Amino acid sequence: MSVNALDVENVSVSHNGVLAVNKISFSVQEGDLLGIVGPNGAGKTTLFRAILGLQSYQGKIKLFGYEGSQYTTLLSMVGYVPQKVNFEPNFPATVYDVVAMGILSKKKLAKGAALIQSCGCCWNRIFSTSSKDREKIEESLKIVGLESFKDRRISELSGGEQQRAFIAKSLVKEPLLMILDEPVTGVDMDVQNKFYSVLRKINKENKITIVWSSHDLTAISDLATRVACMNRELFFHGEKEEFFANKDLLKMYSESAMQLHMHKHDM
Amino acid sequence: MTLDILSYGFMQRALLTGVVVSITCSMIGLFLVLKRYSLFGDALSHVAFGGIALGYFFNIYPIWTAFAVSVSAALGITKLRKSTKISGDAAIAVLLSSGFAMGVLLISASHGFTIDLFSFLFGSILLTSIQDTLLIVGVSCGVILTLIAIRKPLIHFTFDEEQAKVHGIPVEKLNYLFVALAAVTVIATMRLVGILLISALIVLPNITSIMMGRGFKKTMIISISLSVSAVIVGITISYYFNLAPAGTIVMLMVAMFVGTLIAKHVGLFSKKVHENNLSTVN
Repeated sequence: MSVNALDVENVSVSHNGVLAVNKISFSVQEGDLLGIVGPNGAGKTTLFRAILGLQSYQGKIKLFGYEGSQYTTLLSMVGYVPQKVNFEPNFPATVYDVVAMGILSKKKLAKGAALIQSCGCCWNRIFSTSSKDREKIEESLKIVGLESFKDRRISELSGGEQQRAFIAKSLVKEPLLMILDEPVTGVDMDVQNKFYSVLRKINKENKITIVWSSHDLTAISDLATRVACMNRELFFHGEKEEFFANKDLLKMYSESAMQLHMHKHDM
Repeated sequence: MTLDILSYGFMQRALLTGVVVSITCSMIGLFLVLKRYSLFGDALSHVAFGGIALGYFFNIYPIWTAFAVSVSAALGITKLRKSTKISGDAAIAVLLSSGFAMGVLLISASHGFTIDLFSFLFGSILLTSIQDTLLIVGVSCGVILTLIAIRKPLIHFTFDEEQAKVHGIPVEKLNYLFVALAAVTVIATMRLVGILLISALIVLPNITSIMMGRGFKKTMIISISLSVSAVIVGITISYYFNLAPAGTIVMLMVAMFVGTLIAKHVGLFSKKVHENNLSTVN
């Protein structure tokens, strides 16, 4: 019997006494592609940061059934692409250098793999066990379509290309789970579509579990297997079809999204 | 004729220390510059001045007290920054003035300024004793080897601290180790250019090489090469023209920086990048 990739149980996060995330509980099964929707300020990023160990919280979070030090071990095998990576614009790193940062040491990889096997999960590696670091980096760049950019400085790339480089950086560690926080916000349609095809590919072919937040409901309905809708609290978590059939939820989401859109233009 | 300077023992020691120290400064400096911590070296060197004064006051070999005071100040200010959220530049100002004030106070309380103390302020590479040379070279090699060993997590940590943390890098421990290494480097560099000019060795070769638009490894190699050549040429020029070595070395580095800035402005480096772009498109 296999366990869930991620279990979030009664998780709350407060910033200076204000609840940003209120008693949220949900589970993500292995191989799922969970789309999380909710307006800005809904606590999606805060929830992700709690899962990633960057934010203190109340409640319980389990990775493949594990907590504590085993959680930390498995956390290093989680690929994380934030909305925007804040790096020093002069940083002299090529795209290749950036992807190479994602390489996980053989020791950590073996430790994580042993944990995963003992909990009965099947972990589909992206690369064969014999591949060298260099091969892994080249292969990751190929998956995101940046192989001809590898010697360019990361700062010379456009926003969308940079996000693809950061996806390659999280693929190179052979992730068990990928957490993507609005990864293509503010990126043009063409790049978004390329990104979505990468997402579909790693989820279908490599069976990597993905948790992905987005404001793009069309993309969510195309790609996600399950949907969660939150605004500090969890309003819905279940099958995609059920979410899109629920007019009340859709209305609530689109109204808040509309307000946000107008607010952005006011600024 | 040109090689006769190598026949003097003091010159051999000066060149050896100079080369080793400039390599160390370039390496640690690249991380400091990229972490926007360029003036940290300057602050630490002022604290070191306090440490040296402490050594004179209690009649202890001043380099040892400088090491102890600088490393503890570096670790202390890092801890303070973490717990109080004081901004980086303010922390540097606190460190710099308190270290220097301690030095001035201790000196006034003892027998005033001595020539030896001046040599710490302005550098005295030509007066380096065998004992100093061994200590500086040993310590510098230790720093270089440690940096090579921790380069991967350190690069990741410098690029993006949060991503590094998720990746399982013990970022806090790494940060403490890094600032301690920076403090040690500053003490080792004092003999070469003096307390007042240490920042130049940490910052100038690195901002020059960063401008050249290469990857991390190449940027570091270029920075080390610039720094080592400035030190060798600077010491040689200062010997033949009877100039202060510290000032000569730093002015050479400034010239390299300005030269690169002009070359970049004219389009020497961007042209290369442009060609690369075209070749990737084709």
